[in-house]
Amino acid sequence: MAAQARVVLTLRQFEKLIPALHSRGYQVVGPTVRDGAIVYDVLEGISDFPVGWTDEQEAGRYRLRRRNDNALFGYVVGPQSWKKYLHPAEVRLLTAERSGHTFRILNNQPSPPRRAFLGVRACELSAIVVQDRVLQGDRYRDSIYAAHREGIFIVAVNCTQAAPTCFCTSMGTGPRVRGGCDLALTELIGPGRHEFVIEAGSDAGAEVLAELAPSSSVASESVCQEAEAAVERAASQIQRHLDTTGIRELLYTNFDHPRWDNVAQRCLTCANCTMVCPTCFCTTVEDVSDVTGTHAERWRKWDSCFAQNFSYIHGGSVRSSAKSRYRQWMTHKLASWIDQFGSSGCVGCGRCITWCPVGIDITEEVRAIRESPASSSLVSSKESSHGNS
Amino acid sequence: MIMATTTIDDPMLPQPCPVRQVVRETSDTFTLKLEAPSGAGGNWFQPGQFSMLWVFGVGELPISISGDPAERDRLVYTVRSVGQATQTLVSREVGEAVGVRGPFGTGWPVEQAQGRDVLVIAGGIGLAPLRPVIYEVLHHREKYGRLVILYGARSPRDLLYRKELAAWARQRETQVLVTVDYGGLSWRGNVGVVTTLFKYVRLQPARSMAFACGPEVMMRFVARDLETQGLTRENIYLSMERNMKCAVGFCGHCQYGPHFICKDGPIFSFDRLRPLLGKYDL
Amino acid sequence: METLERIIAEHPFFAGLESYYTNLLTGCASNVLFDAGTYIFKEGEEANEFYLIRSGRVALEIFAPQRKPIMLATLGEGEILGWSWLLPPYLWKFHAHAVEPVRAIALDGKCLRTKCEQNHDLGYEILKRFAQIMEQRLEATRLQLLDVYAVR
Repeated sequence: MAAQARVVLTLRQFEKLIPALHSRGYQVVGPTVRDGAIVYDVLEGISDFPVGWTDEQEAGRYRLRRRNDNALFGYVVGPQSWKKYLHPAEVRLLTAERSGHTFRILNNQPSPPRRAFLGVRACELSAIVVQDRVLQGDRYRDSIYAAHREGIFIVAVNCTQAAPTCFCTSMGTGPRVRGGCDLALTELIGPGRHEFVIEAGSDAGAEVLAELAPSSSVASESVCQEAEAAVERAASQIQRHLDTTGIRELLYTNFDHPRWDNVAQRCLTCANCTMVCPTCFCTTVEDVSDVTGTHAERWRKWDSCFAQNFSYIHGGSVRSSAKSRYRQWMTHKLASWIDQFGSSGCVGCGRCITWCPVGIDITEEVRAIRESPASSSLVSSKESSHGNS
Repeated sequence: MIMATTTIDDPMLPQPCPVRQVVRETSDTFTLKLEAPSGAGGNWFQPGQFSMLWVFGVGELPISISGDPAERDRLVYTVRSVGQATQTLVSREVGEAVGVRGPFGTGWPVEQAQGRDVLVIAGGIGLAPLRPVIYEVLHHREKYGRLVILYGARSPRDLLYRKELAAWARQRETQVLVTVDYGGLSWRGNVGVVTTLFKYVRLQPARSMAFACGPEVMMRFVARDLETQGLTRENIYLSMERNMKCAVGFCGHCQYGPHFICKDGPIFSFDRLRPLLGKYDL
Repeated sequence: METLERIIAEHPFFAGLESYYTNLLTGCASNVLFDAGTYIFKEGEEANEFYLIRSGRVALEIFAPQRKPIMLATLGEGEILGWSWLLPPYLWKFHAHAVEPVRAIALDGKCLRTKCEQNHDLGYEILKRFAQIMEQRLEATRLQLLDVYAVR
């Protein structure tokens, strides 16, 4: 990240960000309130922000609550992540037309709009990097992801508060933004004060920033310290921790741990966690054709390893039990991902904990397995599977 | 695992390949011979690789390529009709186009097998992805040691490639043994699972390499028996199968432990598979 | 007799047996030949011998009412045919059908039974070896039961 001076923007100056991005041809997407949650959608102006809203999150619980100020970023993360735009839930892979005995693929893929992501948290930035590795950095390159990813303008936000479900500090992904964005800001709000400490992370970002702020608004040492302190406060509010020491071996060697039976009794295999998780990437492909059979389309849609038929091969599903599916998801996210892509698949955003209808907590599951070693005798395995391990 | 950095753009678009011949092998299994797309020679298949075959508007299936790698104008697939998609695929008529994507996956390590005895052990339709190995060995006979083909099927009526099996048995230094689970009245051959054929093979484990393909439980027992007889795990290869939607490592369906069957496999050494094979709901 | 002795002594099934025992076994052994299509033994008959197959193929068959005979397994060169002579009620449980001409060494099971009762060391050695065969056959049969090639 280019070493740039930090600048302080007033609210009025910050309000010019969206028009500045619009004038450069970007569609701006960012947080907004809808259906009792803070989701990502197209933003036209500052009033689309969740101004003065915050969220209350716990395992299996999410509520919006009014703040006593007008902060624009005074909440954590909602049910959606930026994969909504980078790895869309429904994408048409191809259109084909039958012609005689053969068929033609029609080259009519619409290009996605140039987008600016406004309000990307540190954990979310890490999630984008994780998905970049999966979908662009391995043996094959997902051209759809690449098309949606290219040219994205990212305005990142340092968190100044944490939800009880956050554990980014355990995963090394936050709350501080460390590069990979065009602009990074910290919102400072208090009685009679509402400003944004902002710095550029790229030439494109510097160019936009120059338009928003006259050069005399360089941030003072004390303001920078206040911004740092605000982010530190978020870190200190983190309640949950996931010990990642040797987690790969821990999960690989505990395939038969009784904890899996325990979580299987609670897990509904509803797949909420995979839908809200910013790094989950599984998809399926569906074929559609019209009544005449001359026009066919192939659609790619989000899928989940929790689905009953996800692992179906002739004769049945390999992972038919809820136990095997939960174990697959967690082991993949925290362990196999490391072998596959060189890093953890989890960024500690806590969404899976918040949005699980029965409040299953991935940090607690890891702790339970770590604290009671896999049974070495047949008897203790049966005994400890009753009740909580 | 980190793969090579050659990125292939748009492996998601199928190429229309006309059906040139349909051969009925058994009551439910057919071999389709497709005309290979022009320019396919640049990315020709290795024995053991598979294609994704797309039936217009219906669905797509991962099917192992089971033809002769030396015949560069034909892509051959042996398909068992077990459901709607496979039924539609095998009902294609000569001249109709089938969408082909690929080839995908890792192949049988035939080069590593040079100078050694090659054991080909097939169960049911597992003989299809192994047939290209047999062709390869027979085309370059002097580069390999003995060729032993052990093949098990459900019943005599389910045996594939019967004429070829007889022809292979006549090749020098080549042993072909066939067995069925259910013999029926007129069968005069072996009855029993394919592992019961091992005792008829004079194995030289130190100079052997085994390639096995069939139902997973069969491969498990074959690998275990081979190890008991002295083959090392690094010289036993199996072809694994899982649900596949994309074949390029993006849809996540084919994961088996940390491996993506579509790009880390389908061929794996028993050495890599052994910790995973015993876990039935992995 | 000398050839028989060598065959028995060198056969993997009898490997590790003291020469005293292999002599004993040879004393109970004879060469036999079965034409293709003949039955070596039938279900229900007294089981008084077992066979070491030297060439050919034997099918184990079971007959059930209203059904054609079912071939359960085939045994070939080098394999041991029959263990029902060893355990009461000493009756064959299946038919053994020579599918091809079969050359075999027949061993007098009835005689051997008596000797095993008298000499428990011999009995243990014999039982150990047959137990291994039974285990292999059982495992193979279980796999056959799985019907792995069936479409579900």
